[in-house]
Amino acid sequence: MSTESIEEFKIEVRSFIEANLAPELRVGNRKDLPKKPLGKWIQALGERGWITPEWPKEYGGGGLDRKHAAAMKGEFKAVRAPMVSSFGTSMLGPTLLQFGTDEQKLEFLPAISKHEVKWCQGYSEPGAGSDLASLQTRAVLEGDEYRITGQKIWTTGADKADWIFCLVRTDPEASKHDGISFILFPMHQDGVEVSPLNLIDGTAEFSQVFFDGARAQAKHVVGPVNGGWTVAKRLLQHERSTDGGSEGGLSGAQKESYVDVVKREVGLENGVLADPVLRQRLAAQEQEAKALSLTMRRAGEEARAGQTARDIGSLGKFKWANMVKSEQDIVMLAHGTQGLGWEGPGFEQTELERTRAWLTTRADSIWGGTNEVQMNVIAKRVLQIPE
Amino acid sequence: MGLILSEDQLILRDMAKSFCDEKSPVERMRSLRDTKSADGFTRDLWKEMGELGWLGILFPEAVGGAEMGYGELGVVLSECGRVLAPEPFLSTVLLGGNAILLGGNEPLQKDLLPDVCTGDRILSLAFQEHGRFSPYGVSTTATRDGDSFKVRGEKLFVLDGHVADQIVTVARTSGSAGDRNGLTLLVVDADASGVTIQRTEMIDGRNAARITFDDAAVDAARVLGDVDNGAEVLDAVFDRATIGLCAEMLGTFEEAFERTLTYLKTREQFGVKIGTFQGLRHRAAQMFGELEFARSVVLDALTAIDDGRDDVSQCASAAKSRCSDVANLIGGEAVQMFGGIGMTDEEEIGLFFKRLKAAELFLGDAIYHRNRYASLRGY
Repeated sequence: MSTESIEEFKIEVRSFIEANLAPELRVGNRKDLPKKPLGKWIQALGERGWITPEWPKEYGGGGLDRKHAAAMKGEFKAVRAPMVSSFGTSMLGPTLLQFGTDEQKLEFLPAISKHEVKWCQGYSEPGAGSDLASLQTRAVLEGDEYRITGQKIWTTGADKADWIFCLVRTDPEASKHDGISFILFPMHQDGVEVSPLNLIDGTAEFSQVFFDGARAQAKHVVGPVNGGWTVAKRLLQHERSTDGGSEGGLSGAQKESYVDVVKREVGLENGVLADPVLRQRLAAQEQEAKALSLTMRRAGEEARAGQTARDIGSLGKFKWANMVKSEQDIVMLAHGTQGLGWEGPGFEQTELERTRAWLTTRADSIWGGTNEVQMNVIAKRVLQIPE
Repeated sequence: MGLILSEDQLILRDMAKSFCDEKSPVERMRSLRDTKSADGFTRDLWKEMGELGWLGILFPEAVGGAEMGYGELGVVLSECGRVLAPEPFLSTVLLGGNAILLGGNEPLQKDLLPDVCTGDRILSLAFQEHGRFSPYGVSTTATRDGDSFKVRGEKLFVLDGHVADQIVTVARTSGSAGDRNGLTLLVVDADASGVTIQRTEMIDGRNAARITFDDAAVDAARVLGDVDNGAEVLDAVFDRATIGLCAEMLGTFEEAFERTLTYLKTREQFGVKIGTFQGLRHRAAQMFGELEFARSVVLDALTAIDDGRDDVSQCASAAKSRCSDVANLIGGEAVQMFGGIGMTDEEEIGLFFKRLKAAELFLGDAIYHRNRYASLRGY
């Protein structure tokens, strides 16, 4: 397929869209999309291999090269088609393609590429957050199975997941990075218990997961036994490549920009924001957002030009987190007590949503490596200050 | 120009860097200060920079310039900033020269700019009348008298005013202090009668002057731009000079940061390198972040001028508010991390600290430029 011209291929994508994408779905990614047409769209995408367009066809992918995949995404974007992305497609899949055996790829990838099996990520533990490698969940080999005992936390979507990719300690005697394995096992079995965590923003997308003698097949270790740390780090790079760089902002439903919210709530006097201190903060906020996007752009240009520069990946993450948080802080200041509503009458829906967004964004400087971890990384790896 | 340097700009940078390292180590700046050098900079070096084409980067070939852009000038300014070279780029090229370039008629440009390009003429801009930056806060008057104007008033902080041959002076021909309308720019000869120049020494070893105009006569042909409408030229000059100053500051940031980093890696206390302490490591990481953001914003601002974008003013204020904050951060942290030795005049980091403070406050501090940015953004 990749041999046909891009223009011909685009026509093919458009006719696929006409045949399979209901008009009511052409609103972008939203949580309240009608289930039945959405299911049909996902099924059609999966059959065509276009959920994972660049994966090889033998594993259920589309077999497209980068240009054709980009053309496909462009056509989808043009009609605001909902895109399908999951832990399976964005993290486990690329990791299996790199580290998995042929048998593992054939067993797991086709179901991911059809969006039939939901995966969750068993990484963090109560005692292993920023210091992930100190994880304690044990896996003991018994015949051709591992028995797993321990606890994971911050597992996104664990209550809905069919399978988990999980970091476990297979050699407690080895140094902490060397005794870890990356293993796959089903969630629906005795010995696995999921307990959702209610967060400060009212959501419960994360869970604690308890393992008490859960079973995993020995053949489902990805990469070498006790060599899971390398696999885990590679997978985290897939995670980091999906954040950072994006402009901060309120969620899709909140169309008004934070600048407009502040202007409306605080008011202008002779064209000048009525509160001079908030005016300073708002200007600084806009400048910070601009500087971040310029810096990301510059990093890209430097990389393409092959100019050696200091790596700014960790910098981007912590600057981005601070920017997103302070944007919400400013919005809260502008709303005053109208930003304190939790639910129910007395508050505009947009006010409630902004308040929840302020709460949700507190996590941005914590997940994916806390700000403090990012600064450690900058000091050590970028600035090369000896420890 | 994008957000990275072109091949040619990289070559220019390497050339400027070796030139500055060889001919202008920081000790030179210190010695000019300590010997109370009459000029406050090195004339021969300035002329060499002219021969290299650096002084004419902004000016058209017709007046002896190289007709390049701010991308190139920024590269040179950064390298000068790295070694704290006190040569009069800001006064002569960015302020005075720019005013004549943007507002002067052709005879005036042909009269004055060729010598600027060779390094034989020093210029400055006399605008300030108060300590805090206030571009239209001008009370100095220019009164029409036949074919000339008579200038009366007092100016502060005229950079390199004690050695300037011509002083572009911002005077009021109508309205009152604070009005944007009613300003007129005049090219005043430093040796004209009624002009009294008093050299003032600054913390950064550079020189400015207090200048008194006591009915100094200026030919009407030496008005830049239109009478009463000088702010049109002045605003553009300030935007460009501000962005140029930021480019110089970037070089100073880089050097001050590198020296601080080296100190963290070598200084031992409690039996370990002080860079092992997380309290210092995180602050070094913060400084790095601010430096990288400043670099992006300054490169974008230089590009905005060269590409003729319509957001130059916004870029100038975004750059200067950030660079002023970063000057305060990197300068202050550098002295703090050097500890007691950082307080000594002997240790060069203090020279960086003092230069950064001067640059932070000149042409508007962070608060001024955030307010201006807010106005430009409609709030």
